[in-house]
Amino acid sequence: MKHLLSIEQLSREEIEGILDRAESFAEVGRRDIKKVPTLRGRTVVSLFYESSTRTSSSFDLAAKRLSADLVSVKAAGSSVEKGESLKDTVATLSAYDPAAIVIRHPYAGAAQMVAGWTAAAVVNAGDGKHEHPSQALLDVYTLRRKLGSLEGIRIWIVGDVLHSRVARSNLIAFTRMGAEVTVCGPPTLIPRGIEELGCDVSYSLDGIEEAEVVYALRMQKERMSESFVPSLREYAASFQIDTRRLEPRQLLMHPGPVNRGVELSGEAIDSPQSLITEQVAAGLVVRMAILYELLAGAEGAPSGEGEGSRPTPIGTPA
Amino acid sequence: MSLADLLDVRPGENAHLVLRRATVLDPIAGIDAVHDVVVRDGEIASLANPGDADTDGAEVVEAEGLHAFPAFFDPHVHLRTPGQEHKEDVETGTRAAAAGGYCGIIAMANTSPPVSTAADVAALREQARAGASVPVGFLATVSKGMKGEELTEMVELREAGALGFSDDGLPIADAGLMRRALQYQHLCGGNIALHEEDPALSRDGVMHEGPVSAVLGLAGIPSVSESTMVARDAGLAAYERARIHVQHLSAAESVGVVRAAKAAGVRISAEASPHHLCLTDDAVRSLDPHRAKMNPPLREERDRQALVEGLRDGTIECIATDHAPHQPEEKDVPFEQAAMGVTGLETAFAALHTELVLPGVIDLGLLVERMAGGAEPFDLERPSLAPGSEANVVLCDLGAEWTVGEDGYESRSANSWCAGQTLTGRVLMTVAAGQVAFRLRSFSLGVAS
Repeated sequence: MKHLLSIEQLSREEIEGILDRAESFAEVGRRDIKKVPTLRGRTVVSLFYESSTRTSSSFDLAAKRLSADLVSVKAAGSSVEKGESLKDTVATLSAYDPAAIVIRHPYAGAAQMVAGWTAAAVVNAGDGKHEHPSQALLDVYTLRRKLGSLEGIRIWIVGDVLHSRVARSNLIAFTRMGAEVTVCGPPTLIPRGIEELGCDVSYSLDGIEEAEVVYALRMQKERMSESFVPSLREYAASFQIDTRRLEPRQLLMHPGPVNRGVELSGEAIDSPQSLITEQVAAGLVVRMAILYELLAGAEGAPSGEGEGSRPTPIGTPA
Repeated sequence: MSLADLLDVRPGENAHLVLRRATVLDPIAGIDAVHDVVVRDGEIASLANPGDADTDGAEVVEAEGLHAFPAFFDPHVHLRTPGQEHKEDVETGTRAAAAGGYCGIIAMANTSPPVSTAADVAALREQARAGASVPVGFLATVSKGMKGEELTEMVELREAGALGFSDDGLPIADAGLMRRALQYQHLCGGNIALHEEDPALSRDGVMHEGPVSAVLGLAGIPSVSESTMVARDAGLAAYERARIHVQHLSAAESVGVVRAAKAAGVRISAEASPHHLCLTDDAVRSLDPHRAKMNPPLREERDRQALVEGLRDGTIECIATDHAPHQPEEKDVPFEQAAMGVTGLETAFAALHTELVLPGVIDLGLLVERMAGGAEPFDLERPSLAPGSEANVVLCDLGAEWTVGEDGYESRSANSWCAGQTLTGRVLMTVAAGQVAFRLRSFSLGVAS
C-alpha cells in the first residue's frame, strides 16, 4: 500500500491488517512512555485546508508517537491564503522530502491528485464529500473490539448522508467487513443512486430496532437555509436518536462533533451504549497504524540504508 | 447561401486540385463511388471517372484508398476571444477546426466581455478576415452581457453580421425574456441556440446526478434540469411560431422532448457532442477533470444510447463539438474546482469513427451526414460534393491510427477529452470555401506533383 486515498481501494484483508496493527499500538498506549522510534528521522506533513479538531490532532499525535518530525500546515495563515494552487503548495512541501503527506481538503479527489504530484505517501484525511478512510477504519476498529466481528451485524447510518464523506466511507467499510447497512434520513438528504454501494435506504426510523449499531451523522445548520429540511425542530422530531428510540442492546456511534439535541439527545450521548469516546481513542491508534503501514510496513519500507530510514520494531522503546 | 458569403475567412488563393481515385461519399447528394475529385475556382468542378480527370496545372493528390467527404461544419465552438486569448483565439481555433476536417464553424458569444454589441461583432469579423483558416460565423448574446435581464439590440446585431444568437454557457432562466427573444426573432431573423439548464435544479452540481455522483459525493446535475428547459422552450417556440436550436443534448428525456416537438411541427433543431456520444459518467470515477468535467455533464449509458438513437432517426441533426479550451492551471485542480469543458475540434471525426462506426453502432454515411448537419439550422448551405457546389472537402484515411496529443494540438489548449487515446481514422487534408485549409504534414510529403 503506497497511499491511503479511499476505503474503496482497500480489501477486507488490508483493512484487517491495519486494525491488527492498531491493536498492537493500543498496547503501547498503556505504557508510561508512549513513544516508539519507528519513524525517527522521517518527516510527516499534515496539510489541512478545512478546520478539524479530532482528525488533525490525532494524526499529529500519531506522527509524534512514532517519533516522526511533524510539519503542520493550516490553510488559514499560509501561502494558500495568498492564492497558491494546491499543486504548487504540494511541490513546495515536497521539497522537504517528507515521507508522508496527510491532507484534508474541501474537494473530492484532492488527495488522489496530490499523490500524482509528490513522491511522499499520501493519506486522505477527508476529501470533500467523497471519502474519509481513517474515520471508517477507526469506526470498524471500535466495533470490532466491541463485537469481535462485523459479519452479519446490522448497522443503520442516520442523518445527512448526502453531504457526508463519513457516511460514504463507513458504508463501504462496514459492508466490506460483512455488515448489512441501511442508510436513513429525509429523502432530500439521501443521494439518488446510493443503493449502488450495496445498502438499503429508509426514509424513516421505522425498523431501526433491527439494528445492532446506530451510527448518527452530524446535521449541519446551513442545511436549513438550503431547504434540505424545513427546520432543525422538524428534523429532530423525525430523526433524532434519543433513549426512547434507542433500545438498550443497541450501540450508538457518531463521528463528532455532535450537535446536542439535534441528531442526538443529550441522554443518548451520555448513555453507556454510546461509543463516542471510544471512537476518539481509537482514532489515535488507528492513525498510528496507518502511518506505520504506509511508511514502515512490509511494502512501504524504504529500500535505502541511510540512518533513520530503517523501521524499528514497535516493541523497542524510544 | 454558401459559407463564404455569410461567414468570414482570411482571403487566399483558390486551390486547383485533383484528388485522384478517391472514394467519394456524400449520402445527401447520393454519391458513393470512386472518382477523381476536381477542385477549381472555389468549386467542385467535377467528379470524373477514376484516372480520367484533366490534371493539367492542378496539384494531384493520389487518393486511392482514401475517402473524400463533404467537409464538416461545427455550429458550436468557443474561440475565447475577446478576453481569454490565453486559451484560444480566432487563428488557433480555426486552425484546429481545419485540422479536424471542418470547413466552417460558429463561434459562441460567451467571451469576456460577451459579444453583445454591433461593434463587438464587427471587430470579430475583422479578425476572422485577417486570420481565420476556415470560415467563421459569430453569434451574439441574446441578453445584454449575458445577464439574462434585457435583450440585446438584435436587429442591429444581425445587420452587423451576427449569424444568430445564444447565451451559451448559461441558460436563459427567465421564461419571459426567452419569450420576448422568440417574438423578436420575427423581426430580426437568425436562429437562437440554447444551452438548456434550469439553474434552480442544477445548482452547484458538477456532474450527472445518479449512482456515480452518489458514490463520489459530488453534487449532481439532474437530467431534468435539462429536459424540463427543453420542454419549456419547445413550448414557447411553438406558441410564438419561432425557431430554436437546442445545444449539446445530454439526457435521454431531452431527446424524447425534441422528438415529440418535431413530430408536433415545432421548428426545433438539435445537436449532440462527441464526448456525450462516446463517454458516460463512469469516466468521472477517475475524478480526472481533464477528461470528464463539462456542462452538460456526461450522463448514463441509457442517455448515451438515446443520443445515438436520436442521431439515427434525425431527432438530432448534427454533431457539434462544444470545443471549450482551457489552460492546465484551470484543470490541474480538484474536480469540483476545475473549469467545465473539453476541446474537440481535432478529434471529433476520428473519435466517432472509432467509437461508433467501427463497432457497427452507426454507419459511416450517417456520421458523414451528421458531421456536416450543423450548417442548415443557421441558414447556411450544407457542404456538398455535388459538382458546382462550393469546394468544401475533407480527405480522410480511415485506416490510419494515431494517438491524440502525441504531436501536440493546433488548438492553444490541450484539454482534450480523449487525450492519449489511440483513434482510427485521420484527416489528411481539408478544403474550405475553395482553399486548402489544412494538410497533415507527413501526408503532404506523399503528394504527387
